Amino acid sequence: MPTRMIRMIYALLLSSVFSVFACANNSSHDTTKISASVSEGDGDVTLTLPAGFHASVFAENLGSARHIAVNSNGDVYVKLQGLKDGKGIVRLRDTNGDGKAEEKSGFGDFAGTGIAIGNSYLYASSDEEVFRFKLDASGNVADPDHPEKIVTGLLSRHEHEAKAIALDNDGNLYVNIGAYSNSCQVQDRQKGSPGMKPCPILDSAGGIWKFKADKPNQTYGDGVRYATGLRNVVGLNWNTQTNTLFVMQHGRDQLHDLFPDLYDTKQSAELPAECLYELHQGSNCGWPYIYYDQVQHKKILAPEFGGDGKKTAGEDAQDPVFSFPGHLAPNGLLFYTGSQFPEKYKNGAFVVFHGSWNRAPEPQAGYFVVFVPFKDGKPVGNWEVFADGFSGGAQFTASGRAKHRPCGIAQSPDGSIYVTDDTKGTVWKISYGNK
Amino acid sequence: MIYWIRLVVVTGLFLIGISAWTIAPLQSKLQASIDRGKIIYTQQCLSCHMMDGGGVQSMNPPLIRTKWVLGDKADLITIVLKGMNSGVEIDAVQYHNIMASHADLSDQQIADVLTYIRNGFGNKAKAVTEAEVKTVRAKTH
Ligand code: HEC
Repeated sequence: MPTRMIRMIYALLLSSVFSVFACANNSSHDTTKISASVSEGDGDVTLTLPAGFHASVFAENLGSARHIAVNSNGDVYVKLQGLKDGKGIVRLRDTNGDGKAEEKSGFGDFAGTGIAIGNSYLYASSDEEVFRFKLDASGNVADPDHPEKIVTGLLSRHEHEAKAIALDNDGNLYVNIGAYSNSCQVQDRQKGSPGMKPCPILDSAGGIWKFKADKPNQTYGDGVRYATGLRNVVGLNWNTQTNTLFVMQHGRDQLHDLFPDLYDTKQSAELPAECLYELHQGSNCGWPYIYYDQVQHKKILAPEFGGDGKKTAGEDAQDPVFSFPGHLAPNGLLFYTGSQFPEKYKNGAFVVFHGSWNRAPEPQAGYFVVFVPFKDGKPVGNWEVFADGFSGGAQFTASGRAKHRPCGIAQSPDGSIYVTDDTKGTVWKISYGNK
Repeated sequence: MIYWIRLVVVTGLFLIGISAWTIAPLQSKLQASIDRGKIIYTQQCLSCHMMDGGGVQSMNPPLIRTKWVLGDKADLITIVLKGMNSGVEIDAVQYHNIMASHADLSDQQIADVLTYIRNGFGNKAKAVTEAEVKTVRAKTH
Protein backbone atom coordinates (compact mmCIF):
# COMPACT_ATOMS: atom_id res chain seq x y z
CA MET A 1 0.00 0.00 0.00
CA PRO A 2 1.32 3.44 -0.82
CA THR A 3 2.19 5.36 2.33
CA ARG A 4 -0.02 8.28 1.38
CA MET A 5 -3.02 5.97 1.36
CA ILE A 6 -2.18 4.54 4.77
CA ARG A 7 -1.80 8.08 6.06
CA MET A 8 -5.17 9.02 4.69
CA ILE A 9 -6.99 6.05 6.23
CA TYR A 10 -5.22 6.81 9.48
CA ALA A 11 -6.31 10.44 9.25
CA LEU A 12 -9.90 9.41 8.60
CA LEU A 13 -9.86 7.17 11.64
CA LEU A 14 -8.26 9.86 13.77
CA SER A 15 -10.70 12.53 12.76
CA SER A 16 -13.66 10.35 13.62
CA VAL A 17 -12.15 9.65 17.03
CA PHE A 18 -11.63 13.40 17.46
CA SER A 19 -15.14 14.30 16.51
CA VAL A 20 -16.43 11.86 19.12
CA PHE A 21 -14.23 13.60 21.68
CA ALA A 22 -15.32 16.99 20.48
CA CYS A 23 -18.97 16.06 20.97
CA ALA A 24 -18.27 14.73 24.44
CA ASN A 25 -16.53 17.98 25.26
CA ASN A 26 -19.37 20.08 23.97
CA SER A 27 -21.96 18.35 26.02
CA SER A 28 -20.00 18.76 29.25
CA HIS A 29 -19.73 22.43 28.35
CA ASP A 30 -23.49 22.67 28.13
CA THR A 31 -23.97 21.09 31.51
CA THR A 32 -21.78 23.65 33.25
CA LYS A 33 -23.78 26.38 31.55
CA ILE A 34 -27.01 24.96 32.85
CA SER A 35 -25.77 24.49 36.39
CA ALA A 36 -24.54 28.10 36.52
CA SER A 37 -27.94 29.45 35.56
CA VAL A 38 -29.78 27.72 38.39
CA SER A 39 -28.72 30.22 41.02
CA GLU A 40 -31.80 32.15 41.98
CA GLY A 41 -32.36 35.86 41.59
CA ASP A 42 -29.12 36.51 39.72
CA GLY A 43 -30.29 35.60 36.24
CA ASP A 44 -27.97 33.41 34.20
CA VAL A 45 -24.81 34.34 36.10
CA THR A 46 -23.91 34.65 39.76
CA LEU A 47 -22.19 37.83 40.87
CA THR A 48 -19.51 37.61 43.51
CA LEU A 49 -19.47 40.52 45.97
CA PRO A 50 -17.69 41.36 49.24
CA ALA A 51 -19.20 39.84 52.39
CA GLY A 52 -22.46 41.49 53.42
CA PHE A 53 -23.41 42.65 49.91
CA HIS A 54 -26.06 41.06 47.73
CA ALA A 55 -27.33 41.58 44.20
CA SER A 56 -30.71 41.17 42.57
CA VAL A 57 -31.67 41.33 38.92
CA PHE A 58 -33.62 44.59 38.78
CA ALA A 59 -34.50 44.22 35.08
CA GLU A 60 -33.54 42.03 32.14
CA ASN A 61 -33.47 41.96 28.35
CA LEU A 62 -33.57 45.73 27.94
CA GLY A 63 -31.25 45.73 24.90
CA SER A 64 -27.88 47.48 24.87
CA ALA A 65 -28.21 49.17 28.27
CA ARG A 66 -25.51 51.83 28.54
CA HIS A 67 -25.58 54.59 31.16
CA ILE A 68 -28.13 54.84 33.93
CA ALA A 69 -29.54 57.60 36.14
CA VAL A 70 -31.78 57.43 39.21
CA ASN A 71 -34.26 60.15 40.14
CA SER A 72 -34.80 61.29 43.73
CA ASN A 73 -38.11 59.36 43.79
CA GLY A 74 -36.26 56.13 42.97
CA ASP A 75 -37.25 55.91 39.28
CA VAL A 76 -34.48 54.43 37.16
CA TYR A 77 -33.70 55.61 33.61
CA VAL A 78 -31.51 53.56 31.27
CA LYS A 79 -30.08 54.78 27.94
CA LEU A 80 -29.99 52.26 25.10
CA GLN A 81 -27.32 52.25 22.40
CA GLY A 82 -29.77 50.75 19.93
CA LEU A 83 -33.50 51.46 19.80
CA LYS A 84 -35.69 48.77 21.30
CA ASP A 85 -39.26 48.79 20.02
CA GLY A 86 -38.43 52.22 18.63
CA LYS A 87 -37.42 53.64 22.03
CA GLY A 88 -34.01 54.73 23.27
CA ILE A 89 -34.69 55.31 26.98
CA VAL A 90 -36.30 52.88 29.41
CA ARG A 91 -37.89 53.93 32.69
CA LEU A 92 -37.94 51.25 35.39
CA ARG A 93 -39.96 51.48 38.56
CA ASP A 94 -39.91 49.18 41.58
CA THR A 95 -43.45 49.66 42.90
CA ASN A 96 -43.32 47.27 45.86
CA GLY A 97 -39.72 47.69 47.01
CA ASP A 98 -38.67 44.09 46.33
CA GLY A 99 -35.51 45.09 44.41
CA LYS A 100 -37.07 44.28 41.02
CA ALA A 101 -38.70 46.62 38.55
CA GLU A 102 -42.38 45.81 38.10
CA GLU A 103 -43.04 48.68 35.70
CA LYS A 104 -41.17 49.24 32.50
CA SER A 105 -41.86 51.90 29.87
CA GLY A 106 -39.94 53.33 26.92
CA PHE A 107 -39.65 56.77 25.31
CA GLY A 108 -37.18 58.89 23.34
CA ASP A 109 -36.67 58.04 19.67
CA PHE A 110 -32.87 58.33 19.70
CA ALA A 111 -30.20 55.77 20.57
CA GLY A 112 -27.08 56.65 22.53
CA THR A 113 -25.05 56.27 25.70
CA GLY A 114 -25.25 59.30 28.01
CA ILE A 115 -27.91 59.99 30.64
CA ALA A 116 -27.96 62.22 33.74
CA ILE A 117 -30.44 63.96 36.04
CA GLY A 118 -30.08 67.47 37.40
CA ASN A 119 -32.24 70.48 38.28
CA SER A 120 -35.49 68.63 37.56
CA TYR A 121 -34.41 67.63 34.07
CA LEU A 122 -33.44 64.30 32.57
CA TYR A 123 -30.57 64.71 30.07
CA ALA A 124 -29.81 62.06 27.46
CA SER A 125 -27.50 61.95 24.45
CA SER A 126 -27.40 60.46 20.99
CA ASP A 127 -24.01 60.18 19.27
CA GLU A 128 -24.40 63.76 17.90
CA GLU A 129 -26.78 65.57 20.25
CA VAL A 130 -27.85 66.10 23.83
CA PHE A 131 -31.53 66.44 24.76
CA ARG A 132 -33.37 67.12 28.00
CA PHE A 133 -36.81 66.22 29.32
CA LYS A 134 -38.57 68.20 32.06
CA LEU A 135 -39.38 66.19 35.17
CA ASP A 136 -42.64 67.30 36.79
CA ALA A 137 -43.34 67.76 40.52
CA SER A 138 -44.10 64.06 41.02
CA GLY A 139 -40.92 63.11 39.17
CA ASN A 140 -42.48 61.99 35.90
CA VAL A 141 -41.19 62.96 32.48
CA ALA A 142 -43.63 65.73 31.60
CA ASP A 143 -43.60 65.46 27.82
CA PRO A 144 -41.75 62.32 26.69
CA ASP A 145 -42.34 62.99 22.99
CA HIS A 146 -40.90 66.52 22.92
CA PRO A 147 -37.46 66.81 24.47
CA GLU A 148 -35.58 70.08 24.23
CA LYS A 149 -32.42 69.95 22.14
CA ILE A 150 -29.56 71.37 24.20
CA VAL A 151 -26.50 70.51 22.10
CA THR A 152 -26.37 69.61 18.42
CA GLY A 153 -23.90 68.88 15.61
CA LEU A 154 -21.23 66.99 17.56
CA LEU A 155 -18.78 64.90 15.57
CA SER A 156 -19.49 61.20 15.30
CA ARG A 157 -17.16 59.41 12.91
CA HIS A 158 -17.61 55.72 13.39
CA GLU A 159 -15.09 55.37 16.22
CA HIS A 160 -15.43 56.45 19.89
CA GLU A 161 -18.72 58.12 19.03
CA ALA A 162 -20.55 57.65 22.34
CA LYS A 163 -21.30 61.02 23.95
CA ALA A 164 -21.09 60.36 27.67
CA ILE A 165 -22.40 63.28 29.74
CA ALA A 166 -22.18 64.71 33.27
CA LEU A 167 -23.67 67.70 35.10
CA ASP A 168 -22.11 69.89 37.78
CA ASN A 169 -24.04 71.82 40.41
CA ASP A 170 -23.62 75.18 38.68
CA GLY A 171 -25.74 74.65 35.60
CA ASN A 172 -23.09 73.19 33.30
CA LEU A 173 -23.18 70.15 31.08
CA TYR A 174 -19.98 68.23 30.22
CA VAL A 175 -19.87 66.10 27.08
CA ASN A 176 -17.20 63.68 25.98
CA ILE A 177 -16.33 63.97 22.30
CA GLY A 178 -14.10 60.97 21.65
CA ALA A 179 -11.28 61.07 19.11
CA TYR A 180 -12.22 59.22 15.93
CA SER A 181 -8.78 57.65 15.92
CA ASN A 182 -6.50 55.33 17.86
CA SER A 183 -3.34 57.40 17.94
CA CYS A 184 -3.87 60.24 15.43
CA GLN A 185 -1.92 58.56 12.64
CA VAL A 186 -2.26 59.86 9.08
CA GLN A 187 -3.97 56.52 8.35
CA ASP A 188 -5.76 55.35 11.47
CA ARG A 189 -4.47 52.01 12.81
CA GLN A 190 -2.24 51.44 9.81
CA LYS A 191 1.17 49.99 10.45
CA GLY A 192 3.91 52.43 9.40
CA SER A 193 1.62 55.45 9.16
CA PRO A 194 3.15 58.34 11.16
CA GLY A 195 1.47 60.36 13.89
CA MET A 196 0.22 63.87 12.99
CA LYS A 197 1.72 66.70 15.01
CA PRO A 198 -0.18 68.83 15.79
CA CYS A 199 -3.04 66.36 15.82
CA PRO A 200 -5.87 68.02 13.84
CA ILE A 201 -8.52 65.96 15.61
CA LEU A 202 -8.04 67.85 18.88
CA ASP A 203 -9.85 70.97 17.61
CA SER A 204 -13.20 69.25 17.63
CA ALA A 205 -12.76 65.92 19.45
CA GLY A 206 -10.45 64.05 21.82
CA GLY A 207 -11.64 65.96 24.87
CA ILE A 208 -14.45 67.12 27.12
CA TRP A 209 -16.61 70.08 26.04
CA LYS A 210 -18.57 72.24 28.46
CA PHE A 211 -21.99 73.67 27.60
CA LYS A 212 -24.73 75.51 29.45
CA ALA A 213 -27.20 72.98 30.80
CA ASP A 214 -30.24 75.14 30.01
CA LYS A 215 -29.47 76.82 26.66
CA PRO A 216 -31.08 75.21 23.59
CA ASN A 217 -29.37 74.35 20.31
CA GLN A 218 -25.76 74.95 21.33
CA THR A 219 -23.01 73.71 19.09
CA TYR A 220 -19.20 73.82 19.15
CA GLY A 221 -19.07 77.61 19.04
CA ASP A 222 -21.30 77.95 22.12
CA GLY A 223 -19.33 75.52 24.23
CA VAL A 224 -15.76 75.55 25.46
CA ARG A 225 -13.18 72.83 25.16
CA TYR A 226 -12.90 72.09 28.86
CA ALA A 227 -10.19 69.43 28.65
CA THR A 228 -8.13 68.05 25.78
CA GLY A 229 -5.76 65.17 25.05
CA LEU A 230 -8.32 62.55 26.05
CA ARG A 231 -8.61 59.78 23.48
CA ASN A 232 -12.02 58.60 24.60
CA VAL A 233 -13.99 58.85 27.81
CA VAL A 234 -17.09 56.83 28.59
CA GLY A 235 -17.04 56.70 32.41
CA LEU A 236 -17.18 60.16 34.00
CA ASN A 237 -18.69 61.60 37.18
CA TRP A 238 -18.90 64.95 38.94
CA ASN A 239 -17.28 64.61 42.35
CA THR A 240 -19.34 66.69 44.79
CA GLN A 241 -16.66 66.53 47.49
CA THR A 242 -13.90 68.09 45.35
CA ASN A 243 -16.37 69.89 43.08
CA THR A 244 -14.45 68.65 40.03
CA LEU A 245 -15.05 66.36 37.07
CA PHE A 246 -13.29 63.00 37.09
CA VAL A 247 -13.00 60.95 33.89
CA MET A 248 -11.72 57.51 32.96
CA GLN A 249 -9.83 57.48 29.66
CA HIS A 250 -9.81 54.49 27.32
CA GLY A 251 -6.11 54.15 26.52
CA ARG A 252 -4.81 53.49 23.03
CA ASP A 253 -4.81 50.09 21.35
CA GLN A 254 -2.50 47.94 19.26
CA LEU A 255 1.04 48.73 20.45
CA HIS A 256 2.20 45.30 19.28
CA ASP A 257 0.18 45.23 16.03
CA LEU A 258 1.65 48.55 14.96
CA PHE A 259 5.11 48.25 16.53
CA PRO A 260 5.95 44.55 16.86
CA ASP A 261 9.66 45.35 17.24
CA LEU A 262 9.06 47.55 20.28
CA TYR A 263 6.30 45.70 22.13
CA ASP A 264 5.67 41.97 22.49
CA THR A 265 2.12 40.68 22.80
CA LYS A 266 2.36 40.51 26.62
CA GLN A 267 3.46 44.15 26.93
CA SER A 268 0.84 45.16 24.42
CA ALA A 269 -1.85 43.43 26.49
CA GLU A 270 -0.91 45.33 29.67
CA LEU A 271 -0.01 48.74 28.21
CA PRO A 272 -0.90 51.52 28.28
CA ALA A 273 -2.77 52.24 31.52
CA GLU A 274 -6.48 53.00 31.70
CA CYS A 275 -6.25 56.33 33.55
CA LEU A 276 -8.41 58.27 35.98
CA TYR A 277 -7.96 62.04 35.58
CA GLU A 278 -9.24 64.92 37.66
CA LEU A 279 -10.04 67.75 35.25
CA HIS A 280 -10.03 71.53 35.42
CA GLN A 281 -10.65 74.12 32.73
CA GLY A 282 -7.72 73.74 30.31
CA SER A 283 -6.60 70.29 31.41
CA ASN A 284 -4.44 68.41 28.89
CA CYS A 285 -4.04 64.69 29.36
CA GLY A 286 -1.53 64.17 26.56
CA TRP A 287 -3.21 62.00 23.89
CA PRO A 288 -2.04 61.24 21.22
CA TYR A 289 1.58 62.23 21.84
CA ILE A 290 2.05 60.26 25.04
CA TYR A 291 0.53 57.39 26.96
CA TYR A 292 0.84 56.51 30.63
CA ASP A 293 2.85 53.40 31.48
CA GLN A 294 1.56 52.07 34.80
CA VAL A 295 4.55 49.74 35.22
CA GLN A 296 7.23 52.42 34.84
CA HIS A 297 4.90 55.08 36.32
CA LYS A 298 5.85 57.45 33.51
CA LYS A 299 4.38 59.34 30.59
CA ILE A 300 5.91 57.66 27.56
CA LEU A 301 6.32 59.17 24.08
CA ALA A 302 3.90 57.35 21.75
CA PRO A 303 5.75 55.28 19.12
CA GLU A 304 3.91 57.06 16.27
CA PHE A 305 5.68 60.21 17.46
CA GLY A 306 9.15 58.72 17.76
CA GLY A 307 8.83 56.81 21.03
CA ASP A 308 10.53 53.51 21.77
CA GLY A 309 8.63 52.41 24.86
CA LYS A 310 11.16 54.13 27.15
CA LYS A 311 11.54 57.77 26.11
CA THR A 312 9.43 59.98 28.34
CA ALA A 313 7.56 63.09 27.18
CA GLY A 314 4.44 65.12 27.85
CA GLU A 315 5.82 67.62 30.35
CA ASP A 316 2.79 69.77 29.54
CA ALA A 317 0.36 66.93 30.20
CA GLN A 318 -1.07 66.18 33.62
CA ASP A 319 -0.55 62.90 35.44
CA PRO A 320 -3.43 60.56 36.13
CA VAL A 321 -4.67 60.43 39.71
CA PHE A 322 -4.94 56.66 39.38
CA SER A 323 -4.08 54.03 36.78
CA PHE A 324 -5.27 50.53 35.94
CA PRO A 325 -3.94 47.81 33.60
CA GLY A 326 -4.57 48.33 29.89
CA HIS A 327 -7.60 47.67 27.67
CA LEU A 328 -10.09 46.88 30.46
CA ALA A 329 -12.39 49.56 28.99
CA PRO A 330 -13.71 51.77 31.82
CA ASN A 331 -17.30 52.59 30.83
CA GLY A 332 -18.74 53.71 34.15
CA LEU A 333 -17.57 55.85 37.07
CA LEU A 334 -19.36 56.67 40.32
CA PHE A 335 -18.25 58.44 43.47
CA TYR A 336 -20.23 56.83 46.25
CA THR A 337 -21.96 59.36 48.49
CA GLY A 338 -24.49 57.09 50.18
CA SER A 339 -24.48 55.86 53.75
CA GLN A 340 -25.83 52.36 53.17
CA PHE A 341 -22.43 50.79 52.38
CA PRO A 342 -19.70 50.45 55.05
CA GLU A 343 -17.64 53.56 55.88
CA LYS A 344 -14.69 52.69 53.63
CA TYR A 345 -16.84 53.14 50.51
CA LYS A 346 -17.84 56.71 51.35
CA ASN A 347 -16.59 59.13 48.67
CA GLY A 348 -14.60 56.35 47.01
CA ALA A 349 -14.76 55.54 43.28
CA PHE A 350 -16.49 52.62 41.65
CA VAL A 351 -15.17 51.96 38.15
CA VAL A 352 -17.09 49.70 35.78
CA PHE A 353 -14.85 47.85 33.34
CA HIS A 354 -16.68 46.76 30.20
CA GLY A 355 -13.94 44.20 29.53
CA SER A 356 -11.12 44.01 27.02
CA TRP A 357 -10.72 42.98 23.41
CA ASN A 358 -7.30 44.39 22.64
CA ARG A 359 -5.39 41.92 24.82
CA ALA A 360 -5.56 39.09 22.24
CA PRO A 361 -3.76 36.72 21.86
CA GLU A 362 -3.34 37.04 25.65
CA PRO A 363 -6.46 36.13 27.65
CA GLN A 364 -9.05 38.92 27.86
CA ALA A 365 -9.79 40.60 31.20
CA GLY A 366 -12.14 42.98 32.96
CA TYR A 367 -15.95 42.59 32.88
CA PHE A 368 -16.08 43.66 36.53
CA VAL A 369 -16.71 46.58 38.87
CA VAL A 370 -13.77 47.70 40.96
CA PHE A 371 -13.46 50.03 43.93
CA VAL A 372 -10.79 52.60 44.77
CA PRO A 373 -10.95 54.14 48.27
CA PHE A 374 -10.60 57.97 48.44
CA LYS A 375 -9.75 60.30 51.29
CA ASP A 376 -10.01 64.08 51.00
CA GLY A 377 -10.59 63.80 47.26
CA LYS A 378 -7.46 61.69 46.61
CA PRO A 379 -7.21 57.95 46.05
CA VAL A 380 -5.69 56.07 48.96
CA GLY A 381 -4.49 52.49 48.73
CA ASN A 382 -4.99 50.04 45.93
CA TRP A 383 -7.97 49.05 43.80
CA GLU A 384 -9.95 45.92 44.51
CA VAL A 385 -12.52 43.95 42.56
CA PHE A 386 -15.95 44.77 43.98
CA ALA A 387 -18.39 42.88 41.72
CA ASP A 388 -17.33 40.09 39.42
CA GLY A 389 -18.94 37.21 37.56
CA PHE A 390 -20.75 39.21 34.85
CA SER A 391 -18.95 37.23 32.15
CA GLY A 392 -20.27 33.90 33.43
CA GLY A 393 -16.90 32.47 34.51
CA ALA A 394 -13.17 32.45 33.93
CA GLN A 395 -13.37 30.79 30.51
CA PHE A 396 -15.84 33.41 29.23
CA THR A 397 -13.62 36.18 30.54
CA ALA A 398 -10.50 34.72 28.93
CA SER A 399 -12.16 34.19 25.54
CA GLY A 400 -13.86 37.58 25.61
CA ARG A 401 -17.21 35.86 24.98
CA ALA A 402 -18.69 37.36 28.14
CA LYS A 403 -22.37 36.70 28.79
CA HIS A 404 -22.77 40.21 30.17
CA ARG A 405 -20.55 43.27 29.83
CA PRO A 406 -21.06 45.79 32.65
CA CYS A 407 -21.27 49.38 31.46
CA GLY A 408 -23.17 52.02 33.46
CA ILE A 409 -23.45 52.67 37.18
CA ALA A 410 -25.65 54.92 39.35
CA GLN A 411 -26.55 55.34 42.98
CA SER A 412 -30.13 55.17 44.23
CA PRO A 413 -31.49 57.50 46.94
CA ASP A 414 -31.34 54.65 49.49
CA GLY A 415 -27.61 54.14 48.84
CA SER A 416 -27.84 50.96 46.76
CA ILE A 417 -26.11 50.99 43.37
CA TYR A 418 -27.30 49.86 39.96
CA VAL A 419 -25.06 48.35 37.28
CA THR A 420 -26.15 47.91 33.65
CA ASP A 421 -25.01 45.43 31.01
CA ASP A 422 -25.06 46.25 27.30
CA THR A 423 -24.83 42.70 25.98
CA LYS A 424 -28.18 41.40 27.21
CA GLY A 425 -29.57 44.43 28.94
CA THR A 426 -29.58 43.24 32.53
CA VAL A 427 -29.67 45.78 35.37
CA TRP A 428 -28.45 44.60 38.75
CA LYS A 429 -29.20 46.30 42.05
CA ILE A 430 -26.42 45.85 44.60
CA SER A 431 -27.17 46.50 48.26
CA TYR A 432 -25.57 45.97 51.64
CA GLY A 433 -26.88 44.27 54.77
CA ASN A 434 -30.63 44.02 55.15
CA LYS A 435 -31.43 46.67 52.50
CA MET B 1 -18.31 -15.43 1.69
CA ILE B 2 -15.00 -14.42 3.17
CA TYR B 3 -13.74 -14.07 -0.37
CA TRP B 4 -16.47 -11.56 -1.17
CA ILE B 5 -15.87 -9.53 1.93
CA ARG B 6 -12.19 -9.49 1.06
CA LEU B 7 -12.97 -8.40 -2.45
CA VAL B 8 -15.19 -5.54 -1.27
CA VAL B 9 -12.63 -4.36 1.27
CA VAL B 10 -9.78 -4.52 -1.24
CA THR B 11 -11.78 -2.68 -3.92
CA GLY B 12 -12.82 -0.11 -1.36
CA LEU B 13 -9.27 0.47 -0.28
CA PHE B 14 -8.24 0.62 -3.93
CA LEU B 15 -10.80 3.33 -4.68
CA ILE B 16 -9.77 5.35 -1.65
CA GLY B 17 -6.20 4.96 -2.85
CA ILE B 18 -7.03 6.29 -6.32
CA SER B 19 -8.85 9.31 -4.95
CA ALA B 20 -6.00 9.95 -2.53
CA TRP B 21 -3.54 9.96 -5.44
CA THR B 22 -5.57 12.46 -7.42
CA ILE B 23 -7.12 14.72 -4.77
CA ALA B 24 -4.34 14.75 -2.22
CA PRO B 25 -1.96 17.05 -4.09
CA LEU B 26 -4.75 19.62 -4.54
CA GLN B 27 -5.83 19.16 -0.95
CA SER B 28 -2.33 19.62 0.34
CA LYS B 29 -1.86 22.74 -1.76
CA LEU B 30 -5.05 24.16 -0.23
CA GLN B 31 -3.92 23.04 3.20
CA ALA B 32 -0.54 24.71 2.75
CA SER B 33 -2.26 27.99 1.84
CA ILE B 34 -4.56 27.67 4.86
CA ASP B 35 -1.58 26.97 7.11
CA ARG B 36 0.32 30.01 5.86
CA GLY B 37 -2.87 32.06 6.07
CA LYS B 38 -3.35 31.13 9.71
CA ILE B 39 0.04 32.62 10.58
CA ILE B 40 -0.85 35.86 8.82
CA TYR B 41 -4.27 35.91 10.45
CA THR B 42 -2.64 35.56 13.87
CA GLN B 43 -0.30 38.47 13.20
CA GLN B 44 -2.57 40.82 11.28
CA CYS B 45 -6.21 40.13 11.99
CA LEU B 46 -6.60 38.23 15.25
CA SER B 47 -6.30 41.25 17.51
CA CYS B 48 -9.58 42.62 16.15
CA HIS B 49 -11.48 39.65 14.76
CA MET B 50 -10.35 37.31 17.59
CA MET B 51 -8.99 33.79 17.67
CA ASP B 52 -12.39 32.26 16.90
CA GLY B 53 -13.27 34.76 14.17
CA GLY B 54 -16.20 35.89 16.30
CA GLY B 55 -15.19 39.57 16.40
CA VAL B 56 -15.97 41.92 19.29
CA GLN B 57 -19.43 43.12 20.30
CA SER B 58 -20.23 46.49 18.65
CA MET B 59 -16.56 46.98 17.71
CA ASN B 60 -15.24 44.48 15.18
CA PRO B 61 -17.50 42.26 13.06
CA PRO B 62 -17.34 38.48 13.03
CA LEU B 63 -15.87 36.63 10.07
CA ILE B 64 -18.29 33.75 10.42
CA ARG B 65 -20.50 33.18 7.37
CA THR B 66 -20.82 36.88 6.56
CA LYS B 67 -21.67 37.91 3.02
CA TRP B 68 -18.17 39.41 2.62
CA VAL B 69 -16.26 36.36 3.76
CA LEU B 70 -18.30 33.88 1.73
CA GLY B 71 -19.23 36.19 -1.12
CA ASP B 72 -17.56 37.85 -4.08
CA LYS B 73 -13.81 37.36 -3.92
CA ALA B 74 -12.98 40.74 -5.48
CA ASP B 75 -14.99 42.58 -2.79
CA LEU B 76 -13.29 40.57 -0.09
CA ILE B 77 -9.82 41.24 -1.51
CA THR B 78 -10.67 44.95 -1.72
CA ILE B 79 -11.49 45.05 2.01
CA VAL B 80 -8.01 43.77 2.85
CA LEU B 81 -6.31 46.09 0.33
CA LYS B 82 -8.22 49.24 1.21
CA GLY B 83 -9.49 48.61 4.72
CA MET B 84 -13.07 49.31 5.71
CA ASN B 85 -14.66 52.27 7.46
CA SER B 86 -18.12 52.25 6.05
CA GLY B 87 -20.31 52.01 9.09
CA VAL B 88 -22.53 49.64 7.16
CA GLU B 89 -24.53 47.09 9.04
CA ILE B 90 -23.05 43.62 8.98
CA ASP B 91 -25.80 41.10 9.60
CA ALA B 92 -27.94 43.93 11.02
CA VAL B 93 -25.33 45.18 13.51
CA GLN B 94 -23.15 48.30 13.30
CA TYR B 95 -19.50 48.11 14.27
CA HIS B 96 -17.71 51.11 15.70
CA ASN B 97 -14.10 50.48 14.88
CA ILE B 98 -12.18 50.97 11.67
CA MET B 99 -10.15 48.48 9.71
CA ALA B 100 -6.90 49.80 8.24
CA SER B 101 -5.59 48.87 4.81
CA HIS B 102 -3.37 45.81 4.71
CA ALA B 103 -1.98 46.59 1.26
CA ASP B 104 1.55 46.01 2.57
CA LEU B 105 0.85 42.26 2.55
CA SER B 106 1.96 40.47 -0.65
CA ASP B 107 -0.55 39.05 -3.12
CA GLN B 108 0.29 35.56 -1.90
CA GLN B 109 -0.14 36.55 1.76
CA ILE B 110 -3.54 38.12 1.09
CA ALA B 111 -4.61 35.04 -0.88
CA ASP B 112 -3.48 32.82 2.00
CA VAL B 113 -5.18 34.78 4.78
CA LEU B 114 -8.44 34.95 2.83
CA THR B 115 -8.27 31.27 1.99
CA TYR B 116 -7.75 30.66 5.70
CA ILE B 117 -10.80 32.68 6.81
CA ARG B 118 -12.95 31.19 4.03
CA ASN B 119 -12.12 27.73 5.36
CA GLY B 120 -12.00 28.45 9.08
CA PHE B 121 -14.54 29.45 11.76
CA GLY B 122 -17.13 27.13 10.21
CA ASN B 123 -16.86 28.76 6.77
CA LYS B 124 -16.55 26.79 3.55
CA ALA B 125 -15.76 28.65 0.35
CA LYS B 126 -13.34 28.44 -2.56
CA ALA B 127 -9.71 29.38 -2.11
CA VAL B 128 -8.47 32.82 -3.12
CA THR B 129 -5.47 32.72 -5.44
CA GLU B 130 -2.44 34.96 -5.77
CA ALA B 131 -3.49 35.78 -9.36
CA GLU B 132 -6.92 36.96 -8.20
CA VAL B 133 -5.35 39.31 -5.66
CA LYS B 134 -2.96 40.61 -8.30
CA THR B 135 -5.85 41.43 -10.64
CA VAL B 136 -7.84 43.26 -7.96
CA ARG B 137 -4.79 45.15 -6.76
CA ALA B 138 -4.04 46.33 -10.30
CA LYS B 139 -7.61 47.63 -10.62
CA THR B 140 -7.74 49.39 -7.25
CA HIS B 141 -4.63 51.48 -7.96
C1 HEC C 1 -8.06 47.31 13.84
C2 HEC C 1 -8.96 46.19 13.86
C3 HEC C 1 -9.00 45.28 12.64
C4 HEC C 1 -7.99 44.54 12.07
C5 HEC C 1 -6.54 44.45 12.54
C6 HEC C 1 -8.58 43.82 10.97
N1 HEC C 1 -9.91 44.14 10.86
FE1 HEC C 1 -11.22 43.41 9.50
N2 HEC C 1 -12.64 44.71 10.17
C7 HEC C 1 -12.51 45.52 11.25
C8 HEC C 1 -13.69 46.35 11.37
C9 HEC C 1 -13.96 47.38 12.46
C10 HEC C 1 -14.53 46.03 10.28
C11 HEC C 1 -15.89 46.66 9.94
C12 HEC C 1 -15.69 48.05 9.42
C13 HEC C 1 -16.98 48.75 9.09
O1 HEC C 1 -18.00 48.46 9.70
O2 HEC C 1 -16.94 49.59 8.22
C14 HEC C 1 -13.85 44.95 9.56
C15 HEC C 1 -14.38 44.29 8.46
C16 HEC C 1 -13.83 43.16 7.89
C17 HEC C 1 -14.47 42.34 6.90
C18 HEC C 1 -15.85 42.56 6.30
C19 HEC C 1 -16.97 42.40 7.26
C20 HEC C 1 -17.21 40.98 7.74
O3 HEC C 1 -17.34 40.82 8.96
O4 HEC C 1 -17.26 40.06 6.94
C21 HEC C 1 -13.59 41.33 6.60
C22 HEC C 1 -13.80 40.19 5.63
C23 HEC C 1 -12.39 41.54 7.37
N3 HEC C 1 -12.57 42.66 8.16
C24 HEC C 1 -11.25 40.76 7.34
C25 HEC C 1 -10.04 41.09 7.95
C26 HEC C 1 -8.79 40.41 7.70
C27 HEC C 1 -8.59 39.24 6.76
C28 HEC C 1 -7.84 41.03 8.47
C29 HEC C 1 -6.36 40.75 8.55
C30 HEC C 1 -5.64 40.86 7.29
C31 HEC C 1 -8.52 42.09 9.22
N4 HEC C 1 -9.84 42.09 8.87
C32 HEC C 1 -7.90 42.93 10.15
C33 HEC C 1 -11.44 45.59 12.12
C34 HEC C 1 -10.19 45.02 11.87
